[in-house]
Order: sequence, then structure tokens, then C-alpha cells
Amino acid sequence: MQDDGLYAAMVRRGMTRRSFLRFSAAMAAALALPLTYAPRIAEAVSSARRIPVIWVRGQTCGGNTEAFLRSSDPTTAALLLDVLSVEYHESLLAVAGADADLARTNAMSLYPNGYLAVIEGAIPTGAGGAYCLVGGRPVADVAREVCDGALATIAVGSCAFDGGAPAASGNPTDAGGVHRVIGNGRLVTLPGCPLNTVNLAAVIVHYLTFNELPPVDLANRPLAAYGNLIHNQCERRPHFEFGEFALEWGDEGAQKGWCLYKLGCKGPETMANCPAARYGEKTSWNVRSGHGCIGCTTPSFWNAMGPAYKRIPGPIPFFPALSTDTAGQLMVGVVGAAAGGHALGMGLRMKRRRMITAREAKAAVASEATVAVVEAEPAAAIGPAPAQPLEAPAPPVVIPEPETGEPETAEPETGAPPEER
Amino acid sequence: MARIVIDPVTRVGGHLRVELDVTSGAVTDAWTSGTMFRGIELNLRGRDPRDVWMLAERICGTCTGVHALASVRAVENALGITIPVNARLVRNLLSGTQLVRDHVVGFYQAQLPDWVDAKSAITADPSATARLAATVAQRANATTEAFQAVRDRLEAVVNSKQAGVLGTGWWGHPAYRLSPEQNLLLLAHFLEALDWQRDFMRIHALLGGKDPHPQTYLVGGMAVAPPWGGPTGAVGRDHPTVPDRNAPMPLSTDGLTLVDTLLTSARDFVDQVFVPDVRLLLGAYPEWAKIGAGPGSYLSAGDLPDSSAKDPQFLFPTGRLATGNLAASLPVEQDTIAESVAASWYSYANTADGLVAAVTGETTPAWGGLALPLKTLEGAKKYSWIKAARYEGIPMEVGPLARLLVAVANGRAELGAALAEQMAPVGLTLDTLPGVAGRILARSVEAVVVIRQAATWLADLRTNLGTGDVAVADITFWDPASWPKETHGYSLGEGARGTVAHWVTIRDRTVVDYQVVDASTWNASPRDSVNGHGPIEAALASVAIADPARPLEALRVVHSFSPCGACAAHVFGPRATPGEGTR
Repeated sequence: MQDDGLYAAMVRRGMTRRSFLRFSAAMAAALALPLTYAPRIAEAVSSARRIPVIWVRGQTCGGNTEAFLRSSDPTTAALLLDVLSVEYHESLLAVAGADADLARTNAMSLYPNGYLAVIEGAIPTGAGGAYCLVGGRPVADVAREVCDGALATIAVGSCAFDGGAPAASGNPTDAGGVHRVIGNGRLVTLPGCPLNTVNLAAVIVHYLTFNELPPVDLANRPLAAYGNLIHNQCERRPHFEFGEFALEWGDEGAQKGWCLYKLGCKGPETMANCPAARYGEKTSWNVRSGHGCIGCTTPSFWNAMGPAYKRIPGPIPFFPALSTDTAGQLMVGVVGAAAGGHALGMGLRMKRRRMITAREAKAAVASEATVAVVEAEPAAAIGPAPAQPLEAPAPPVVIPEPETGEPETAEPETGAPPEER
Repeated sequence: MARIVIDPVTRVGGHLRVELDVTSGAVTDAWTSGTMFRGIELNLRGRDPRDVWMLAERICGTCTGVHALASVRAVENALGITIPVNARLVRNLLSGTQLVRDHVVGFYQAQLPDWVDAKSAITADPSATARLAATVAQRANATTEAFQAVRDRLEAVVNSKQAGVLGTGWWGHPAYRLSPEQNLLLLAHFLEALDWQRDFMRIHALLGGKDPHPQTYLVGGMAVAPPWGGPTGAVGRDHPTVPDRNAPMPLSTDGLTLVDTLLTSARDFVDQVFVPDVRLLLGAYPEWAKIGAGPGSYLSAGDLPDSSAKDPQFLFPTGRLATGNLAASLPVEQDTIAESVAASWYSYANTADGLVAAVTGETTPAWGGLALPLKTLEGAKKYSWIKAARYEGIPMEVGPLARLLVAVANGRAELGAALAEQMAPVGLTLDTLPGVAGRILARSVEAVVVIRQAATWLADLRTNLGTGDVAVADITFWDPASWPKETHGYSLGEGARGTVAHWVTIRDRTVVDYQVVDASTWNASPRDSVNGHGPIEAALASVAIADPARPLEALRVVHSFSPCGACAAHVFGPRATPGEGTR
């Protein structure tokens, strides 16, 4: 049997064309593309061959692998067998020891510049790299090798993003993010503790569809997933506007699903798509279930976003561990945050963040009208339409035009929002 | 004598290396080495005690939530907090479902490739496989067409140049013994388990808000609150309508119904797939009852409480068994747990290689300076980032097998009966239970017991919410002003893979010291100060290795413990010195 792409594989397993197109529509939503792109995504994905993946684990708790195991669109089994060919992943590989190393190096030589490198976990350089050894070698060496020969690198989770938990505070192992091992290679980071696996699927689908990685911010986070404040997409946001807050755990406000801002929620400072993407096949996310956001997609979040239950605005956090460039990335986040927030409810914060002028905020509001952002999940997008970050880093955000100007008409039903609820 | 190096050991959490000395086809000595150190302890210090569970949770993402629970319990112990009934039941539901999920994934995704040959599976006759499946359990989806489809999928990867994780295996190894149809059946369930576990863990997404790393724990209870007016009440004034039926609010009637549905389907999966598969596997490999016995001493800290009060009854009781006497359960004292760094890359201030009690533990990483890349650990006295946890100086096996043996020694009839029911068909007895087969069986026994108990917790939760008790958190001590100047706390509990213990010291409203000993600190420990082997090292002794280039048999032993290098390596905090805050 030949590798004949995802669509054929899904049909073999009893998936209908209609549900496949629904998957494509969901992916278009995850990528913040107009739904008119769904047919193009469907076509690209169904004709694609399996992408080789080499997944390297550094200092990690394994949480991002676990997140990957919970993939639903497509399912993990489909990812493992039909969409990707995971040539190396220590948590899943049948062989061990030298043969595992061989599986990795074989794949590297078989697909030069043709595989995706996925890096999970932090890269330590202390003690000559001895704090994390894979096959007896410092993981930095292994990861560098793998990233060098990859068509692109995806850093999954906050540890691969900037060192995460091992790098916070004392950082005794001198742990850092994937920047340690990647030169000028193409990189997408998917911070989050752990990442939301929907975003990993979306990056892969974007690559299959457009043959390039999605537009990213200065920290290499895809704008589609990390371009908006949690606060602006939050289902509890209306309560913030009405001044309805949970004040103590389990109180009336908590039972009524009111805003968790006064219990320390970091949603107003955090860029991520958790409210729309959710976890567990869109079952829930932490604010929906009752606990505030802890800001885990933010650079150095273990230091910068704590204490977890102290409400913002508080004193501007002190960042002992920030290097100049991570501080710069944070600035991008802050600028984007304030711009995305525009006037509603954000006045206080913007006063605090003196780098944002009123004029810039107004410009951000004005820019909204010109940006095509589709609310593919109408119910989830309760907040105002999100704006692009004001000072978007170069290269500017480009949402590609459809080739013909018109979507393919073969499947007109895909233009409508998903019906089955 | 030949030295075999297995690095990386795949299908485990974290980074694990195993070295074996093999003489005349059998292991004469073994070394387990954790090859990762993260030093999270430095980060736990200096934090708000109400925050530390979130970072402690990141000790392990595979046993998701286990360390969060251990951490909130330790802080609650330090502050003298008793959690409400609802919080205990939600916590039990989270950790019980995690246990069942871990046992299933540990069997299918971590262990099965050691026992099942994918290359043989693609030669299977799908209709014969369907007939085989029918003799095991009556299931609607066990059709010839379904097995044909699985076979085609497997064939596509195994014969492809793009082999993927299942394509490259030590297929054809003489230790594989199942028929093509048995192989195909189990691999079909390998794929089914992947789908099932994702669906099942929606319970964690619902009650935990996030999965992995559930985020609704609180010092004092849980953040997940029932809707205003109780489970049947309207969700809330002005609250946005629920976007889709798939996502009800956690403790609403619909939310609890979703939990119920998922628990029911999990019970079906455990009864109709997991248990029969374990039976099939152990029936085909009977000699593995006698291989990989381990140290023979067992520890269980007890967990899944039936009350929030001081001395609850645990579903899995507390106890300790000494080698050679599995009938007498001895007490477990938290301050008797100690650690040696005689063979670990750390230094102790006051003793070169003696034991230091975990409650006053210290960690100063001291890499041994071995030449990198590491060729062999031969001759290295220190060889692991994992410390050696010991009880009264003795290595202890922890995990499902230990828990069941302790339960039997404590006269727990219901667990004994569940165990006996599954032992009989595969010819195991209490005497032959210590070993690789017994460890595998213990997982399916626990899954059967816990998934049923989970239904009881859910019923209790519904009943309790129905009485109007909507409390989910005790916030009496939420305000740091209510705390003593200095206080100590600990928690002893059980994760899916074994004993988890946390110790915390709080001074001036801040965590100044934090210690963790968990399952792999016991099971995957290296030598101690008296050269006592760790449990996995002991279990590897005298295992026959047919092909030194493909030490499949050693993997079977290692995987039977479900070791996790992420958990074990290690997280002990050095003793804080006054004024040495990190933030």
C-alpha cells in the first residue's frame, strides 16, 4: 500500500468527506484564516505525503508529549500513522539504545532539510551539558544536529521556548530555550505549559497548505494562536465589564462564573488562544473550569507572572532572570497586549504601561477594520474582534490571498459555519 | 563478560540509561542511571506556599496532577487545613482517573512493543483475528473489516521507507512469541487505547481545566465550583450561554453526566479490552512470572481517602513489607525515609555516602566529570542523577504490585478478591506475583478496582451537592496573615506508579524548603552506601538476554516498573540558609 495522504487514510477509517472538510474548517479557524480557505486546506492536506518528524526531548516533564497524545483533529493515531512519520521520539519508539540513535540519524540522512524537528524541554549547558544526556551525549549537541538538518524547527512548550521551569529563578543547570541550538533556521515556538496540541496541528497544516510556516511574532509564536489576549477572548469577559468578580474561592461569584481577575487571573496580560482552543477536544480550559490563568505562554512566566493569586495591576514584576532579548520579546508581548485590548477595560493597565500612548491605542482600534479575522467559533469569540499587534515585528503579518480570488466552489457547504454542534 | 548499554531507554518518562553485564547469555549485574537533572527545587524556594503546587506539578507531565495533589496536601498539612467533602471527591476523581489512564497507556504504549511483533501482525488473517477477538470479549467493533483496516495501516508504515515509531522495532526477535493474530489484536487495541485515553482524559480537561497539568487545585480545596443554585441550577445570571453541548460546566448536571459517561465507557474499556489483553499476554508468556522479582520489600503510603479527616480509610492502604515476609504489614513513618548519594552525582555536606533523612534532605549537584560523550559507566562510583531512596536503609519497590501486596497483608478483602480473580486464569499466585508478570497484572487489577470506585465517588459527589453543600474550598487560612511564623508540612500518597512524598517548610509566608521523593526515586534508584542495588537493578539480575544487540528482555523488566526519569531526577531542595531568597 502506498502512502496516499491524510484524506485517503481517513476515508479508510470511515471518515466522511464532510467531516474531513469540517476538520479543514476547524484548522482554518485555528490559523485565523477565512473559512474560504478550508477547501484549499483540505486539498493540500489530502494530497500531502507524511511529514517525517524527529522529536528531541531535553529537560522536560514530558507534558508536551502527553499533550501530543491527546490530539483530536487529527487524532494521535492518525498523526502517528497517517499524517506524520515520527521517526524518532524517545517516549514512543519501539527500539531502544543504539538502534534508537540510529533511527534518528537514518531519518536525518534520508530526509536532508526535509523533516520537522520538534524540540521539547529546556537545553542545559551547565556542567558541560551533563545535566541532560541522550545516548550519552549532551542534548544540546543532539538537538543542534537535528535542528541544523531540519526544514523547520517547532519548539513545543515553555521549556523549549525559553528554558521554562528549569531556567526559572536559580537556574542551577544553566538551562535555556531552543535558541541555544538553532542558528538561522526556521523556527516556530509554541509556548504554554504544556502547549495546546491544536496549535501544533495548525502549524503542520499551515505548512502543508502554504508550503511555509505561519506568520510569527518576534518570539516566533504564531500570531494566529498567540496574537490575542486571553482576556479579550474570555467567556467571562462580560462580567469584567459589569464589575462582577469572584472574590473568594467557591463564593457566589465563583459559582456564577464571574471574572477571576481579582483572584489573580493573568488573562489580561497573556497572549494565547486558550479560550477558543480549550483542552480535551474543546471540553474546557482553566478559567472556564474555575481557576485563573497563570500566564504560561509569556516569556519567563514562572518569575514574571507570579504570584499566581496576586491580582494585576500590582507592582510591575521584577525580572531578575531576563536577558536583554527576552526582555525585548516581553515588550513585544506587552505592546501587542495593550493594542489588542483597546479601550474597553484596559485603561488602567495602559496607564500603568506608560510605553503605550493613547494615540497608539486608537490606531490599534482603527486597524481592526482592515484586518481580516474570522470568528470561526462565534460562541467563543465573545470579546471584541482582536487586532493585530500594533508594532508587529518584521516580517509583517501577511494573510495570503486566495490564488483565484474566489474559493473553490466544489463544496459550497464549507463556506457555512459548522452545523453539527 | 560483555557490557550492554541501553541509552536512551525508550518508552519511559524522562531520560534513563541502563547498563548490563552479561555473562553466558544472562545478566550478572545492572546499573540504572537517570541522565537528567533540572534543579526545580531552587525555583520552589522563595515562592508563595499557595503557588508552589503549580511548579511542583511540572515535576512530571506524564503522571499529570500527581505532584500538584501531593504539594497542596503538604501545604494544607503545614497550615492545618481540612478540605471540604466536594474537594476530596473531585481530587479522588482526578487522581483515580489518572491512575487508570496511566495503567492503560503504560501497558499499551509503553510495554506492548516489548511483547508484540508488528511485523508478524501484518501477516495475520483478519477474519481469524476477529474470531480470536470474539473468544476474548464480545465487542461490536471487532470485525474482520476492522482488523483488515488496522493491518493495512500497519503494513503501510512497517513496509514504508518512512517507518515511524512502530516501523522500526526489534521485530523478529526470538523472544516474541505471539501468533500473528494475537499480535494484530493487541496492536489494534494499541491504536484503540490511544483514542480511548484521549477521550477519557476529557474528565481532566473538565474538572482540571487543563490536561495535562490540571489547574484547578487550590491550597484548601479545588477552584472548580458548582453552578449557582447547585448542580441543577442555572449557570449564572448573565453568564454567556454554553457554546456547545460538548462542553458543559464542570459541576453542573450536564458536567457530571459527562463524567459519568466517560467513566462508564472507561469501565467497559478496562473490562472488555485491557483485562482480556493482559490475560492473553500473560497466558502466552507464563515464564515471565518467575523473572524480574526485584528486592522483595514493598512500600505503599496509602491513598484515595474516604474522608477529609485526620486518619481516613484509604482505598489503597498504608504499609511496608519486608523481604521474605509478605504477610506482615509494617508501619510507614515519613521521617524514616532517607536517601543516599553514594552513587549519585550529588554531594552531602556532612556525610560522604551515608543516608540523609528526606525531611532534612539536601541537594548539591556534583557532576562526576565523566568523559562526554559517555561510552560506559564502568568503573564510575557515581553514575546517576537519581538519588537512592531507602527505608531504614533498605531499597523498596513501590507501585501497583507493592500496593496490592500491602493491601492483602492488611486483610483488604475486596482488593484481595479482585486480585485473585485475575491471578487464577493466568496461573499466578501470591507467591509468584513478585515479578514482571505480576507487575503487569497488578495494573489491570487496580484499573478494575479504581474505575468502579470512581463511580462511587461520582455518586457521592452528586449526593453531597444535592444536599446543598456547595463548598469546594476551605479558605479560613487563605490569608497569609493567618499563618504561623514558621511551619512544616508533608504529604505521603500514591501516584499511579508508586509512592509520592512531599515535604515543605514555610517561614515568613514563604516556602524556604521543599523536598520530594517519588516512585522512581525508589524504583529507579542506583546503588546506596552499602552497595545495595536499586529495585530495577535487582530485578534485572540473571535475566537471560538472547541477543546482546537487541536486549529486549531487559526492556521488559525495566518497563514493568513504569520508571520515570523526569520525576526522579531530582527535585530535592538544598536546605535554605537564612536570607538566601531567590526572588
